[in-house]
Amino acid sequence: MNSNPKGRQGFILDIWRVAGLLVALGILVGVFSTMSDRFLTFQTLTVIANQIPDLTVLSVGMTLVLICGGIDLSVGSVLALSAAVLGLLMTDFEWGFGGAIVGCLLCGAICGLVNGLVAVLGKIPSFIVTLGMLEIARGATYWLTDASIHYIGSSVEALSRPIKGMFISPAFFVAISVVVIGQLVLSRTVLGRYWVAIGTNETAVRMSGIDARPYSIFAFVVMGFLGGVAGLMQTSKLASVDPNAAIGLELSAIAACVIGGTSLMGGRGSVITTFLGVLIIQVLQTGLAQVGATEPSKRLVTGAVIIAAVLFDSFQRRFRLRKLDRGDR
Amino acid sequence: MIERQGEFLLEVREVWKTYGAQRVVDHVDLCLKPGEILGLLGANGAGKSTLCKIMSGLVAPSGGQMRLADAPYSPKTKRDAEERGVQIVQQELNLIPTMSVAENLFLNRLPLRLGFICREELNLKAREALQRVGLDQLSVATPAGALGVGTQQMIEIAGALDRNCQLLILDEPTAALSRNETEVLFKWLKRLKKQGVCIVYVSHRLDEIAELTDRIVILRDGKLVQSGTTKDHTTDEMVRWMTGENQPPAKPSVVRDVDSSEPLMRVRGLTRHPKFHGVDFDLGSGEVLGIAGLVGSGRTELLRCLYGADQADCGTVWCQDRRSTQPFRSPRAAAQQGLAMVTENRKAEGLLMNQPIRPNVSLGQMGRVSWIGGLIRRRKETQMVETSVKKMAVRHESIEQDVQTLSGGNQQKVVIARWLGGDHKIYLVDEPTRGVDVSARKKIYEVFAELANAGKGVLMVSSDLDELLEVCDRILVMSAGALAGEFHRSSWTREAIMEACFAGYRNNLDQAELSTQSR
Repeated sequence: MNSNPKGRQGFILDIWRVAGLLVALGILVGVFSTMSDRFLTFQTLTVIANQIPDLTVLSVGMTLVLICGGIDLSVGSVLALSAAVLGLLMTDFEWGFGGAIVGCLLCGAICGLVNGLVAVLGKIPSFIVTLGMLEIARGATYWLTDASIHYIGSSVEALSRPIKGMFISPAFFVAISVVVIGQLVLSRTVLGRYWVAIGTNETAVRMSGIDARPYSIFAFVVMGFLGGVAGLMQTSKLASVDPNAAIGLELSAIAACVIGGTSLMGGRGSVITTFLGVLIIQVLQTGLAQVGATEPSKRLVTGAVIIAAVLFDSFQRRFRLRKLDRGDR
Repeated sequence: MIERQGEFLLEVREVWKTYGAQRVVDHVDLCLKPGEILGLLGANGAGKSTLCKIMSGLVAPSGGQMRLADAPYSPKTKRDAEERGVQIVQQELNLIPTMSVAENLFLNRLPLRLGFICREELNLKAREALQRVGLDQLSVATPAGALGVGTQQMIEIAGALDRNCQLLILDEPTAALSRNETEVLFKWLKRLKKQGVCIVYVSHRLDEIAELTDRIVILRDGKLVQSGTTKDHTTDEMVRWMTGENQPPAKPSVVRDVDSSEPLMRVRGLTRHPKFHGVDFDLGSGEVLGIAGLVGSGRTELLRCLYGADQADCGTVWCQDRRSTQPFRSPRAAAQQGLAMVTENRKAEGLLMNQPIRPNVSLGQMGRVSWIGGLIRRRKETQMVETSVKKMAVRHESIEQDVQTLSGGNQQKVVIARWLGGDHKIYLVDEPTRGVDVSARKKIYEVFAELANAGKGVLMVSSDLDELLEVCDRILVMSAGALAGEFHRSSWTREAIMEACFAGYRNNLDQAELSTQSR
């Protein structure tokens, strides 16, 4: 559409970053398939596809929160709490699956709303607020479940059971739709535009006659809601509620965002690249397991890859900025 | 005139710099002698700032050589340059708001004792440095963020003067300074000159250039187009060299018919302690109303309060088609009633620096370029942004270009362009031409005049009285937080307005005492 020499469509997608991530992903797949015969098989691919939905959904939410300048550390706990609510409604209250899903998602959204209200209206860094929520939601989960695993019946499994003849679960398709919708919202709607603007310079947004607060709060609500969706997915994988579910998963989500080039300072990032970040993390996990890496070495390698990805991104950006920059900075 | 090489402090030979395809500095030769003040002139994007940055190690040149005091000079960092005695004070403020004045001054060379900061020595040195620029009364423990922009600028200059200084580069140092502060600064610069320091002075204020400098160098599109002694050039000639146009500078705009029978806005008794109190005025339809006053007289605070960015303590604000006369509670409420605000500090409060022009311009107008569900109508947005940007004549390659890659003046145009796409009626503009060159200024004035001709009201705060005299139909003067005078185009004189600027400080005995003490 624009015949500009810089050809940058900053708001749609950063082609170079996508290309870089695809190359990285390709290298990983290449390395693992030379190390293990079983890696590049249809079966491994379906395993990966069925592993990633919950992390994908969380990472999309995390991307949105990070872009508007916040962070949500509570999502792992919110996921577990939503799952516990789902289990409680289905077993103790004998609700149907549909009603229980609504309760589960609502629980996630309410946690997000509380995070957002306190952080934005109370003018407290979201890091602190969500750190508190991390404890509160986990505590509530233990309280609801008596700190033990509950089997809640096979009706929830449908979501994570591979569709006949396709080998891929409905959850995967839900996750993909979340990615697509997330990216569309971010790059094509006023809401997404405001999120990016708020993360870049909140004062400027305010001085443009926009009340930034509802938009910031809404990002947390979306995050919490997606935490509920991920809770649903995790529960359906095991057909049971685990009070210790998703401990530390928020950090994996942040890692996926960061690998995908989302800035922790806000204002920069995209959902598609976050999804590629999720793929890189999961390929690494599955691949390392297949070549027989031990748990300690898996963690060492994963950590190193996260740092390497961010270093690379930072160098690449500096290089391009230097080429693009003009006079007055 | 035959001069030996050794007579020069800094020699710049064939220096050039490109960014992408853009040649920002194009084979510039420059020789600086100790003890002279050189005025560096040029329009926006002419390459002044980049040249200054090259000389001070902030930017590496693409080619060419420099020699400092007869030795090769190619600073890799600002620190390198500082060690060789080249100091720069940049257009943008670089103080850390939460740290004290003293810490900011000596940040990279804090006096240490056993690895700990030695407070007494630090404060002593800081006090000396401040005295040097006439800020005797300022406490060295004040956090920098609590100070006004003008004072912050003086502190940066104080910091530069305190270091080993053979060559001092000042990039738009007076853009944020009041006349008093400027005079103190000039006194200091002239004293430095006598000590043999060479000063490169970048400014758009031609009267200052004429007053202060010995020699001028004029850049246009990265090339050195004219140099010579200041005395040989009238300010008109300077403008012609900068713009490349051979037409005389703009004449004062025509007198407009202001319909004052039905004002757009009526402000009564507006007060915010302790910044300003009891402000009454009307803004007519089709009027450009100026607010003059010294820095710190409450002008900026008044605008912020009108726009709802700060809350008023009491008073009423009536606007056309508005029932309530309560002052606006938020910028959102004000913008909905057709108010637009261009803030004093475009970097911190106006722009999304690392975002493209597109979202910067459409930010407040998203409702006009989206469907009800919030889906952006991209083509309509492009159209709106391009129209606004064209109206302001922003020099750019594409609307997808990051705002931070534009020059300061063009950034300012983008901030104003943001408010051209909607149906705003009242424009509150605070120092709209700060750090903006002559031709961009002309464009901005033109746009204000167009807005007024279309029946809108412009309320403009400026420290530059000449600017107000050129653009405004009426000028209000604020002094010590109160209105001290009202002047109409038909009857105003420069002297009377200046007189009014000081009025509030004269009437108040305490204030008068303060000001004599500071001298």
